[in-house]
Amino acid sequence: MRIYVCVKHVPDTAANIKITDGTGYDSKVKFVPNPYDEYGVEEAISLVEKAGEGEVVALCVGDAGAVNSLRSVMAMGVHRSVLVKTDDQFPPSDLVAKALAKAIEQEGPADLIFTGKQSVDSEGMQTSYLLASELGLPVATGVVTLVLDEGTAIVQREIDGGARETLAVTTPCVLGATKGLNEPRFPKLPAILKAKKKEIKEMDLAALSITAAETCRIQSLEPVQERSNAKILGGTTEESVAALVKILREEEKVI
Amino acid sequence: MSKIGVLIETADQTIKTSVPGVIAAAALGGEVVGFVLDGLADTYKDQLGAFGVTELVNLTAGELVFSKAPEAAGQALACGVKAFGVTALLGVSSPVGNDLLARAAVALKAPLALDCIDVDFAKNTVKKSHFSGKAIATLEMVGSPFVCGIRPNSFEPADAACACTAKDLAVTIEGCEAVKITKITAAGSGQKDLTEAMVIISGGRPMGSADNFTILDACAEKLSAVVGASRAAVDAGYAAHTMQVGQTGKIVNPKLYIGCGLSGSVQHFAGMKTSKVIVAINTDKDAPIFSKSDYGIIGDLFDVVPALTKELAKLE
Repeated sequence: MRIYVCVKHVPDTAANIKITDGTGYDSKVKFVPNPYDEYGVEEAISLVEKAGEGEVVALCVGDAGAVNSLRSVMAMGVHRSVLVKTDDQFPPSDLVAKALAKAIEQEGPADLIFTGKQSVDSEGMQTSYLLASELGLPVATGVVTLVLDEGTAIVQREIDGGARETLAVTTPCVLGATKGLNEPRFPKLPAILKAKKKEIKEMDLAALSITAAETCRIQSLEPVQERSNAKILGGTTEESVAALVKILREEEKVI
Repeated sequence: MSKIGVLIETADQTIKTSVPGVIAAAALGGEVVGFVLDGLADTYKDQLGAFGVTELVNLTAGELVFSKAPEAAGQALACGVKAFGVTALLGVSSPVGNDLLARAAVALKAPLALDCIDVDFAKNTVKKSHFSGKAIATLEMVGSPFVCGIRPNSFEPADAACACTAKDLAVTIEGCEAVKITKITAAGSGQKDLTEAMVIISGGRPMGSADNFTILDACAEKLSAVVGASRAAVDAGYAAHTMQVGQTGKIVNPKLYIGCGLSGSVQHFAGMKTSKVIVAINTDKDAPIFSKSDYGIIGDLFDVVPALTKELAKLE
């Protein structure tokens, strides 16, 4: 069994993002494996553990610093990694999908491929679909449960208001993982040390001779102005709620 | 005049609440062509004509039931886009909408942007969140048609009544058996959809128990609001995961968001910072949420929320 996990190297969601030159950001912040991808990593590792054979291969398209995220997922139990290097902070999803597909072609047939349902930096929500299309495989995203059954992945995804869809997806397939699928493990020190010796194959995105369709181009990136301090409604509890209701009705007109 | 397509998302023969807002967005770019996947265009046409849809197209593919075949539905939408010559396909950025729009975009090899808060048809650009709402990116959609999912409540529905004609488009689809929807499991009773809600009242860890959420339920009833929760409250077992607002929960965009006992974490704000008005209720005057909200009441939520419910009851 060979399971691929696609991992994006992204700024921690708690990091302060400083925008530079209008389309980029200062990358001197803490980076982590994309949190949604970790659900895919955990699921892949448990499946291989349960099967008692096989390997989990992590794939990443990112800059040289992305080796840190790959080490993190290898400490969780991923066996080896491939890093396709690019310095582009926002490589187009189409290009990323083609690079991931190329890496999979090189590393051997997949039984299953996991991505996260989205990244927390550019929030594109489409790499799983594009990758599946490149590979000619079926895809489902937002996966919260998974059972493998004789060439079919039975998955559930959450739809509106907490309802769930159950899907039967022919394997191999691409699955976009999300919160609820499992609880990603915290690696222990011996696993972290062992991960340092695991293989990371590196290649340059430019050397893969991929022609990406130019589809979505970032034109500008602007910081969102935070609200300034709240107007505090004082007085007794009764007075403050009366003032609030009056404002919400008469000034803001939201109720 | 160019035409813009809109995926009319429905469930149980009802049009999703956020669809009229998407129609208003589409109308900024030209005549609006609606695409219906459940064969009920005739039923919906008067309702949608009131919002400015001029043509409403039933997409059909023989005996295929699109609600069970998402890949076929995506391909049928792509056929509709081509047949009607629309220059963009829009839909609600909901779990089902995003899935179908992505499949349609792949079939069309068209640029795709989901969860957009704005779209400019003259410049072929969209705006969407980056970094959990800390930044807004403007993306150029290179190529025509493009596909775009709109975050619920980003556009006000327009009063743009016009004559709406129902049409049929039969398409041929092959090889879409690899993904089948076999079952829909309804949510627990009384659970409402947060993502389309106009008013939300959320509780954090200080709620203390699942039972205590009834004070939020009572207030929500007066506000026609939906009840949400912070990750801390969900992790503590006080609320269902489906109620979680934030980075790993639901992204919401209501007119009014009332946070009760929330600290105001970056991750929580990632899910609700585009709310029009944010109100914070917290005992701690130094809680970070007060620096990121519009209005604040410093006080115990167990006093303030029931008082608010009582005050709202006076309006009835």
